[in-house]
Amino acid sequence: MIEIQNVVKKFKRSDENKKTAWKVAVDNVTLQIPANEIFGLLGKNGAGKTTLIKMLTMQLAPTSGKIFYSGQEANKNSVEIKKMIGVVPQHINFDQDLNVWENLELHARLFRMEKLERSRRIEKLLEYMELADFKNENIRKLSGGMKRRLLIARALIHRPKFLFMDEPTVALDPQVRIKIWSLIEDLRNEGVTIILTTHYIEEAEKLCSRVAILNHGKLIANDSTENLCNGAGVKTLEEVFISLTEQGANF
Amino acid sequence: MLRDVGTVFWRDWIVLKKRLIKFIISRMVAPFLYLTAFGLGLGRSVQMASGSYLDFIVPGIIALNSMNISFHSVMPIHAERIYHKSLEEYLLSPISTESFLIGKILSAVLRSLISSAIIILLAAIFGAKISLSIIFLAVIILNSIIFAEIGFYAAMRLDTYEEMAQVNTYILLPMSFMCGTFFSTSALPEIARFFINCLPLTHTSLILRSLNEGNEFFATSILILIIYVAGGFLICRRAFQNLLEE
Repeated sequence: MIEIQNVVKKFKRSDENKKTAWKVAVDNVTLQIPANEIFGLLGKNGAGKTTLIKMLTMQLAPTSGKIFYSGQEANKNSVEIKKMIGVVPQHINFDQDLNVWENLELHARLFRMEKLERSRRIEKLLEYMELADFKNENIRKLSGGMKRRLLIARALIHRPKFLFMDEPTVALDPQVRIKIWSLIEDLRNEGVTIILTTHYIEEAEKLCSRVAILNHGKLIANDSTENLCNGAGVKTLEEVFISLTEQGANF
Repeated sequence: MLRDVGTVFWRDWIVLKKRLIKFIISRMVAPFLYLTAFGLGLGRSVQMASGSYLDFIVPGIIALNSMNISFHSVMPIHAERIYHKSLEEYLLSPISTESFLIGKILSAVLRSLISSAIIILLAAIFGAKISLSIIFLAVIILNSIIFAEIGFYAAMRLDTYEEMAQVNTYILLPMSFMCGTFFSTSALPEIARFFINCLPLTHTSLILRSLNEGNEFFATSILILIIYVAGGFLICRRAFQNLLEE
């Protein structure tokens, strides 16, 4: 389980007159993410999803508040907790100077996997992602769909218990998207806790057992999809999302 | 920690190995031009008290070359941070800041040493006098670490390619010419010498030249280089950790 307690993230920003101001990206969020579930984190652009994920994955320190993984405080046990976390980022962030295999091997080495284990694991994941024929290929030569699958393979190499997927199916063909959905469900069945952010509400509705919605950095909803729909008196999660995030919107 | 340093170094070694021949050939161009233009061309009309001008400038060329190579070896971290975002891979992994920094510095030192070996070989072909020793090698390594750290700090703090290029224009280029590489700083005004003596490349040139001429090296200069190395390490470590707090 992941416990997020009163987490705040403020960024210092300078305007044109060089006056500094604080922008609150995540505003006092308290949340529990149960183990072995697919948990959806939804919100419009700029809602604070990516900032919250960066804090959960320890790429950013919270301004205040605490995060716990299975009872261990993240700040105090960062090395051990990082070993349990896998991240599929929104953007393609491979090392452009390394080929497919070398990118995966770098990741395995960074997570201190032994030589034999890392070779077996990389072979297996490349097979699973149908990328085995491209293991010596330059990263730049892969298609968008292949890169997305490779991002997932890389995140899984060290067998994470918690997998963060930030828009994993963005700009993908429907066939590839369906394959990734199936993979996400397989991972959940294997006991991986998945935290999914997406702009495709139907994706969250199909996959997630629970959903949290962020708006302007604040947590405005956190429940099962069924309860959210029943509570709002609507049929789909998309309607819930629109009604909650449009409230107070000023066009 | 050693294992993590090895991983960071492994990545850079893989990249260097793929381009080793290109790297070696490209590293020969600048020293060849310096040796030809300043050593043989201009050098024939210049006589130094200690010997030929060629013998005088070879230590300076080694110093400025190790500065340039080590600085530019870590420059790709800037693109990895800002454009490719591949630096995130290290931020997400359980390795320490120190391991990452040491791994990057070591790979810069390796490139600098390969490049210095090429210059020494070329200088010997040109007929320059070279007196190699452990201290000579150690000073090249210290100089490489200092400029790898400067490159690392710039890569952590600056946000655009243009700003990175300005480091080259405003820091490396003036040092290339002013730090006793091509001429002795003793003829410069005292105030200029004061500032020049604060710069690490001045001390590297001074020690390498003194060793090459068979004189004693300057302990104070070594100490200054060590202070730069230690201070640079702490500043770089802080700059990397700041990425997590911004």
